[in-house]
Formats: sequence, structure tokens, C-alpha cells
Amino acid sequence: MSSPASPSAASGQVAHIVYVLRENPVTALSFALFGFIVLSALIGPYVVPYDPLATNSARALEAPSAAHWFGTDQLGRDVFSRVIVATRLDLTISVAAVAISFVIGAFLGAVAGYWGGWIDALLNRILDTIMAFPLFILAMGIVAALGNSVENIIYATAIINIPFYARVVRAEVNIRREAGFALAARLAGNSHARVLAFHIFPNALPPMMVQVSLNMGWAILNAAGLSFIGLGVRPPTPEWGIMVAEGANFIVSGHWWIALFPGLWLMLAVFTFNLMGDGLRDIVDPRRRT
Amino acid sequence: MAGRGHPVLWRLAQTIPVIAGVVVISFILTRALPGDPAVQFAGLAATPESIAQVREALGLDKPLIQQFLIYCGALLQGDLGRSVVTGQPVVTDLAMRLPASLELTLTALLLACLVAIPLGLLAAVHQGSWIDQLCRVVVTAGVSLPTFFTGILLIYVFYYLLGWAPSPLGRLDFIYFDPPRVTGFHLIDTLIDGDTETFFGALRQIALPAITLALFTLAPIARMTRAAMLGALSSDYIRTARAAGLSPSKVLFGYAFRNALLPVVTTLGMVFSFVLGANVLVEKVFAWPGIGSYAVEALVQSDYAAVQGFVLAMALLFVLLNLLIDLSYALIDPRIGFSAK
Repeated sequence: MSSPASPSAASGQVAHIVYVLRENPVTALSFALFGFIVLSALIGPYVVPYDPLATNSARALEAPSAAHWFGTDQLGRDVFSRVIVATRLDLTISVAAVAISFVIGAFLGAVAGYWGGWIDALLNRILDTIMAFPLFILAMGIVAALGNSVENIIYATAIINIPFYARVVRAEVNIRREAGFALAARLAGNSHARVLAFHIFPNALPPMMVQVSLNMGWAILNAAGLSFIGLGVRPPTPEWGIMVAEGANFIVSGHWWIALFPGLWLMLAVFTFNLMGDGLRDIVDPRRRT
Repeated sequence: MAGRGHPVLWRLAQTIPVIAGVVVISFILTRALPGDPAVQFAGLAATPESIAQVREALGLDKPLIQQFLIYCGALLQGDLGRSVVTGQPVVTDLAMRLPASLELTLTALLLACLVAIPLGLLAAVHQGSWIDQLCRVVVTAGVSLPTFFTGILLIYVFYYLLGWAPSPLGRLDFIYFDPPRVTGFHLIDTLIDGDTETFFGALRQIALPAITLALFTLAPIARMTRAAMLGALSSDYIRTARAAGLSPSKVLFGYAFRNALLPVVTTLGMVFSFVLGANVLVEKVFAWPGIGSYAVEALVQSDYAAVQGFVLAMALLFVLLNLLIDLSYALIDPRIGFSAK
């Protein structure tokens, strides 16, 4: 990926991507959906027909119609506008969480994999301990301990994801620390840190990217689950998990649209990332195709 | 190869550092409370005197190491503190509500295995057929479905539209009496009591939450069964068994499936991690009176001792489940010595 490649190899890579996309239209669809979700997050708040926070008690609990595509909730707020505007917050939480676990996991995993010894043993012990908790429940405990806010939802989601990244990087770095190119780079006078950062670590990036994509869906689910049980995001902020939680009170009286649409959007986002993860894995690592 | 007793003891010994790590993290979580932990633990209606009392009771005026030892000592006596909301010791609350959660989780897991293992098996045997495609869709959809959302959809369809399910409020409709408590599992207790009417009442009540949880759980099990079966079917011993003229069913169940079961059992550990988490959400949706909804209520009311007690209890339960899985693995496959790793 970031290692210098000859032009023919680069075009071969592009041809391979095109081949995978053509062979598997589902992957192409997932990339299209991903574009749509990112677009809603970027420009959503400027193009939605209603203010997501504006209440209108005269038109409360209306079923979907031409004026309100997804209906209105108990306060007369437009569900469609709220669902679209919520994309930005949900995506921000999960992207931030995944980015933090990526950086910390990569650093810890690379150091442990390259130097080994007691650092490695200590890291493994800590990761085992984190994995010894049911992860969603550990996240609940962390948010309860740090305080109930959106930032702490991000930190909690990041902490429970670190082991996955650290293990991938550790394995990739460990098998290459004695490789010929790494020893040659050492011999050429590069410092350990430089060899690790610029010669060995880039090789771990492709499997990391797959991990990111597979992890994103899970991070979104996790964050939405936390806000569903009343952590982090507070009403009236539009966010999918909390909107489903609010809609749940009205489902037994038949007002299905309040919970359905945010839930569907959440599902769509997670589904997109999971499909994209499978597709990326096909592109990056053809041997593990299922 | 070492004897049977030795690797099992070694595996038991391996849980000690894990449990120690879990206790350390739990301790850090209890002491990382925003502001003064004594104020938080004393609750909302605290007076300066009661705060001072709590500070002394928790030993918060002592050095951190000593606090940790006091915390460990309390744990050894089964003391997780007292819930501010219920006024009961947290351990008592959790023990009261644990059977409800276990009943739901185990029913869901059983249901998931009953569907997922045949599905994964058929998908592997008929690779590329419609059932394989179905398996792929189920697996991808299963991991993408937010459990709380599936639960709400099922309530809408089966309670509101069709009227098949009872109202999604708890373990038993108020027209029934709770069965005499023997195991704490309503489904078993009613049968012991011989009260079939209440048994079906409890069964109707548990159906939707168990299906919700099972839908989420069956994806990883089906995926693993399929992959493990594909691996087993393409191996040399299957080719040999076929060449030797064994019947297809003997090859499939006697040789391939038995070997494929091992990796499936291993993934159950990861599955439990997800199920215990999803359990919290499902209990909230269906007002199921288990430890998950207890923790959610405690979170909302800032009842920290209850939340931390719940987190620790779930972690210990999870460590125990993983231990059981590993030990059963050794029973299924005597080749596995734990010392090999």
C-alpha cells in the first residue's frame, strides 16, 4: 500500500479491485451506500426539510405522508430530518472511537511485536484482561465510572476495541522483525524506531484496514446500544439509538414509524460497513475469500 | 503426552491471573468515579455525616494499596457493597435476579444452536446452493441487526399486529402466580410444580425475547459451523473414508461433523461475550427482570455500587464460562493438552 510499487504492479492492483467489484456487485453496492452515508453526514443538516429539534404539537404522531416522509414523533418533530441529521453524530462517535483504538492499538502492538520480551508479556496480560470482560458490559462500566457523556462513550468504545487492533499489528510486526528487508534496513544505519515505523509497520496496514471496516459496524452498534439504555447522548439530540428507545414507548400503541426508521438507518449503516469489510478483505487478502 | 489431570489443573491455574486482572480493573472502575467516590456511593440524599461515614466504610481515607486490599477482602466475603436504590446488598439483588437472565440466555443459546448448526452444516454440504446463499444472508444480517431494534420489531408484529404474543412486560403475566422457587427458572419450576398452565404462560412470555437474542447469536455459530465443516470435508481423512466406501451419512456425521464441532465449541466463548452484552439490551426492551435491566436501572439512577457489582459479576461469570468451554474441549478432544500452548 504505502510501499513504493512499480507502475505495472499499481495497475495490476487497480485491475484487481475492478475485478473484485465486478465479480461481487454486493461489494460495489456497499461502496455506493457508504458514499450515501458519508454524504448524509456531511451535508445532511443543511438539506433536511425540517429543523430536527422543532416541535409542532398540532402535528404530533402523524403517520408517514408526503409532507413527513417518515412521519412525526410524539412532539411533532419530523422523523426523516432527525434520522438524517443523526447520521453525523453516530458516524462521529464510531469514527472517533475506531480512530483512537487504531492509533493506540497500532502503537502498543507494534512495540510489543518488535521488542517482545516483558513488554510483550505485559501487553498480552492487559489485553487478556480486557477480553475477559463481556465487551459491551465493560463499556457500560467504563461510562458509569468516567461519567455519562458522549466523549466517554467514545473512550469506552475505543478501549474495548484496542485488543483487536493491537493483536493484528503485533502478529504482523512479529513475523517480520527478523525478515531480510528489516535486517537490511537496520544494517543501512536506520534506528529501531525508524525500521519499525517506516519499513515493518506499513506491511500491517492492509489487514488493519479490513479490521477497521469490520470494526466500524460494531462500533456503531455498540454506541447506539449504549445510548439506547440511556448513556451518553441526551434527548432531544437526534441519535439513532436514543430515537429507537423513544419510539419503543409508542410501538405498543401502533406508532411504528418513530422507532422503525432510525432503527432501519442504523441497520443500514452497520450492514454497509460489514459488507464493505468483506469486500475489502477480498481485495486485500484474496486467500481468505469466503 | 502428560496425563489428563495435569493439563486441567494447568488450565485452572491460568484463570488466576485473569481473575486478578478483572478484580484490578473493577477496582480502578470503582475508584475512577467522577468527583469524590464517597459522595457518589453515599447516594443522592447524602448528608456530610453519611458521606464521612461512607468514606470511612470504604476506607477512602487510606492509601490506595490498602484500599485495594480492603476491596479484595470484601470481595472474598462476597461483599459488593449496598445498592442505594433497593437498599439491599448488591450480591443479594444480583442473586435474586440472576436466574431470570440465565433462563433467557440459555433458552436463546439453545434455540440459536438448534437453528445455526443444521444451517451451517447444510450450507457447507451444498456449497453454492440456495441454502448456502441463505446462510450467507442470515449471517450478514444477523451481525448487522441491533438486538434492541429486532426486539421492538418483533413486539410490533407479534404483539400489536397479530396479537399472538403476550404484552412484553416481564417473565409472567399477572394472571399467573410465580411458581414455588426451586431452580429460579420459571420453565423448570412450573414443571416441577406440575402446573402446565403457568408453564405455557411462561413459555409464551419468554418466546419473543429468546428469539430476539437467538437471531443475534446464531450468526457467528452458523458462520463457524459452515467454515469448520468446509475445512473438515476437504481434508484427507474424509477422502479416505469416502474411498473406503463408508455411507455418506457415516462420513458426514461420524467423521466430518465430529471434527468440525471442535472449532465451533471454541467460538462459543466469543459468542458468550456478545450474548451477555446483548442480554442487557433485550432485557431492557422486554422489561425482563434480570440482572441486565437491574444494571440499566442502576445506571440511570447513578447507583454506582450496583453497576460495578454487576460488571464484576458478569466478568467472573464470563471467565467461568470460558473455563467450562476449555475444559469441555479437553473432554471432547483428548489430543488437546493445555500445556501445548
